[in-house]
Amino acid sequence: MMLDWLPPTLIGVLLVIAAIGAVRRMNLWRAGQAEKVDALAGLLAMPKRYLHDLHHVVERDKYMSRTHVATGGGFVLAMVLVVFVHLFGIDSKVLAWALLAALVMMFCGALFVYKRRMNPPSRLSKGPWMRLPKSLLTFSITFFVLTLPAAGLPIVGKLPEGFGGWLLTLVLSVLILMSLSEMLFGMTWGGPMKHAFAGALHLAFHRRPERFDGGRSTGLKPAVLGEASHGVAKPIDFKWNQLLGFDACVQCGRCEAVCPAFAAGQPLNPKKLIQDMVVGFAGGTDEKYAGSPYPNIEVGNAKGAPNQIITDGLIHPDTLWSCTTCRACVEECPMMIEHVDAIVDMRRFLTLEKGDTPNKGAQVLENIIATDNPNGYAPASRTHWAADQNLNLMKDVRQADVLFWVSDGAFDMRSQRILRAFVKLMKAANVDVAILGDEELDSGDVARRLGDDATFQSLAKRNLATLSKYQFNKIVTTDPHAFHCLKNEYGDFGSDGLLSISGESVVVLHHTTFLNQLVKDGRLQLDTFKGGKVTYHDPCYLGRYNGEYEAPRELLATLGIDVAEMERSGYRSRCCGGGGGAPITDIPGERRIADMRMEDVVSTGAELVAVGCQQCTAMLEGVVEPRPVVKDIAEILAGQLIEEKH
Amino acid sequence: MQPNINVVSLVSVGRHPQSGRARRAEQDGQAVELGLKLAGKALTVVHAGNAQEPVLRQYAGMGLPSLTVLAQESNCDALPVLVSFLKDKPIDVVLTGVRAESGESSGMLPYLLAEQLGWSLVPRVADIIGVQGDEVELLLALPRGQRRAVKVKLPIIASVDNAAQEARQTAFGPGLRAQFNVLTVESVVDESASRWQINAAKPRPKRLKVVKAKTAADRMKAATAKPMGSGGKIMKDETAAEKAQAIFDLLLEEKVVR
Ligand code: SF4
Ligand code: SF4
Repeated sequence: MMLDWLPPTLIGVLLVIAAIGAVRRMNLWRAGQAEKVDALAGLLAMPKRYLHDLHHVVERDKYMSRTHVATGGGFVLAMVLVVFVHLFGIDSKVLAWALLAALVMMFCGALFVYKRRMNPPSRLSKGPWMRLPKSLLTFSITFFVLTLPAAGLPIVGKLPEGFGGWLLTLVLSVLILMSLSEMLFGMTWGGPMKHAFAGALHLAFHRRPERFDGGRSTGLKPAVLGEASHGVAKPIDFKWNQLLGFDACVQCGRCEAVCPAFAAGQPLNPKKLIQDMVVGFAGGTDEKYAGSPYPNIEVGNAKGAPNQIITDGLIHPDTLWSCTTCRACVEECPMMIEHVDAIVDMRRFLTLEKGDTPNKGAQVLENIIATDNPNGYAPASRTHWAADQNLNLMKDVRQADVLFWVSDGAFDMRSQRILRAFVKLMKAANVDVAILGDEELDSGDVARRLGDDATFQSLAKRNLATLSKYQFNKIVTTDPHAFHCLKNEYGDFGSDGLLSISGESVVVLHHTTFLNQLVKDGRLQLDTFKGGKVTYHDPCYLGRYNGEYEAPRELLATLGIDVAEMERSGYRSRCCGGGGGAPITDIPGERRIADMRMEDVVSTGAELVAVGCQQCTAMLEGVVEPRPVVKDIAEILAGQLIEEKH
Repeated sequence: MQPNINVVSLVSVGRHPQSGRARRAEQDGQAVELGLKLAGKALTVVHAGNAQEPVLRQYAGMGLPSLTVLAQESNCDALPVLVSFLKDKPIDVVLTGVRAESGESSGMLPYLLAEQLGWSLVPRVADIIGVQGDEVELLLALPRGQRRAVKVKLPIIASVDNAAQEARQTAFGPGLRAQFNVLTVESVVDESASRWQINAAKPRPKRLKVVKAKTAADRMKAATAKPMGSGGKIMKDETAAEKAQAIFDLLLEEKVVR
């Protein structure tokens, strides 16, 4: 055959072009800010991170996980073998047979990709992604035929010499060109296959390596204060590995499917947001984006460049302010992309640099700064709720087993009912407890989610200074937001320095966890619950942020309650709409998130929805009646408490 | 924005009504806001007091490239240093709050400034519409959302009413980076003030207003209507002497003059 040289040349040339593309792409990422990563450890851990952690997420969609193993695994194996067999021309039957096997595997996988693409759900992007299964099939078939002779099945060899062979080679070459352009050229020059290249490196250089091996890393990273600018204004203000992370997106739309803001018709779609980030650092417009838009915002008008302010033409600030920071997207993303980090980074710029926090945002921040609580109440009235509770103040006792972190619920009459219920339970269990009283300040949660990290950091430091004056073993709080700050975010400001009475580090607990321990220790006598059907709403900041799904359910079980689970519960729980300062920035949508959550509740037929958060309570109780009753677990338990008669 | 007019906003350290903590004073913030509207980045913002006061950064965070501080101790009188700073400068408009949130809070500063500089004083301004030649047209805030348009010859001292545009959000970054021009001034210790003893004021209980309205519309009227004085009379065509006599009689009647 005269054209024998053609296939290897094509493969070689495309590999070179792909390599050039790879370098180009890496330079785009490197335009981001420096961030230390343990490169070697990351690269070594990458295969395990892929096989274990990433697949753990993909596995939630069984169909796709099997399809991906077959297609992706088959392709990687096949590509390596193609290089040996066809580029280097190594004449080995074993290799050739292995290559054939890999191609068959890939072919089977690609068939399933094809099937899914026949009638794709709306969350999937279309456009070039619709072409991908065809390219995958072409790749596997072409190389299968091409490899047959090397495997000693010389079907091709038997074909007539001369024109026939010549024609076949030519056809095969065209097919090689087509499929390899997608697989190699597309991988590094921005086609759908980019996810494999960027995804692998993203896993290796992930900004939160703690998330692998079943770990959890949910605390926001502190903003550096006092520099020439704060937060992320332009794409190049992101860390380089954040940019890399954006590039790993496969546009699967799982994040879109779970996003409460998207479902409510607010102008946010986490998938589009990540794609816009890519448009930003690569430069260009969003014309080619082929997925669902931000609700009610037309695609095609967004423009971005690495050096251009993101909110000037790429993303509308309302998109950023619609997020409730519920982390559903992050939890669901198979590529482990960190949407919330990116959103808060950009909010920091808007608040700290532009002074442009929408609606009540400015006022709330001003209140927090001047009064240490978001509503501007007199700081001296913080302990009024406990006037009849006979609680010890840390200032007086200086030491206690439990420090009860009351949170700003102290100022709100509805939340006070939760606080009192919890105090009642602690009293019944004879807990040695004290509160900080007026020395307690807002945890800084809202300020931080609104982008004001300066105020958050100031609050964190001042709270820690107060805490370090006293001795206690545990901090327990009924507010998952304060819980998250104290447990996961104060660490950056020295909370590790807090030592318990016995000299170990202090533990921070949510009240449901703590109450569950008390019940298990037999310190609470509880009656069985005789009301109707009960369901449980997982607060985002307790569940996804802190992994506490069990304690609330165990507590309900001790009351004899068989929780009627909502379809979206546990790690998939739908946000109540109250997080991330969303009720403050209040970006209009078509529906209210709380209403949608209440519909979830209603669909279980429950008469009572148990929650573990005052914010969720407020949001869900804000839904118009008739609707199921909303109660904190502490309130339900306190109602069933068997008090000893003296 | 108005070209070529020199605007100065005076700012003080405010006090949050609930926490008693220092803050950006509301009306002073509005004075800066109005100043920014008139002069943009060319606005001069002046504070007489401690240059280290963190609250000044909150004013600067409204987007001021710089802020001028007439550095003096807290027991000094702001008036003389402000007069000597403003005097002989080609200034058109000086904006202040109606009264400070801390200190004496007498609301006298704009009046005394106007008196000593010999400029016009315009109290309780809601908005400044524009400058034509050597005249400025402004809107005064009257009770119940009413406005009065007036024209005044420049230069003026205007105190800014709560009805003016709210102060914009202050941003941490620009506040942090703003330049402070700290001027050394010859300050005068406020002798009389230093002898005063200062106590927290207790709000006086309000007399209940009994509204005997039957319908919502009546209640609305009662809440919003201008109190109609029954005694007064309007004198338009009388001579100046007659008008003066009427005022004098009233003062006698009300026992203001004896
Ligand atoms: S961000 Fe993650 S979940 Fe969302 S589309 Fe991309 S890969 Fe899928
Ligand atoms: S954190 Fe929640 S609200 Fe924000 S983008 Fe993700 S899913 Fe949507």
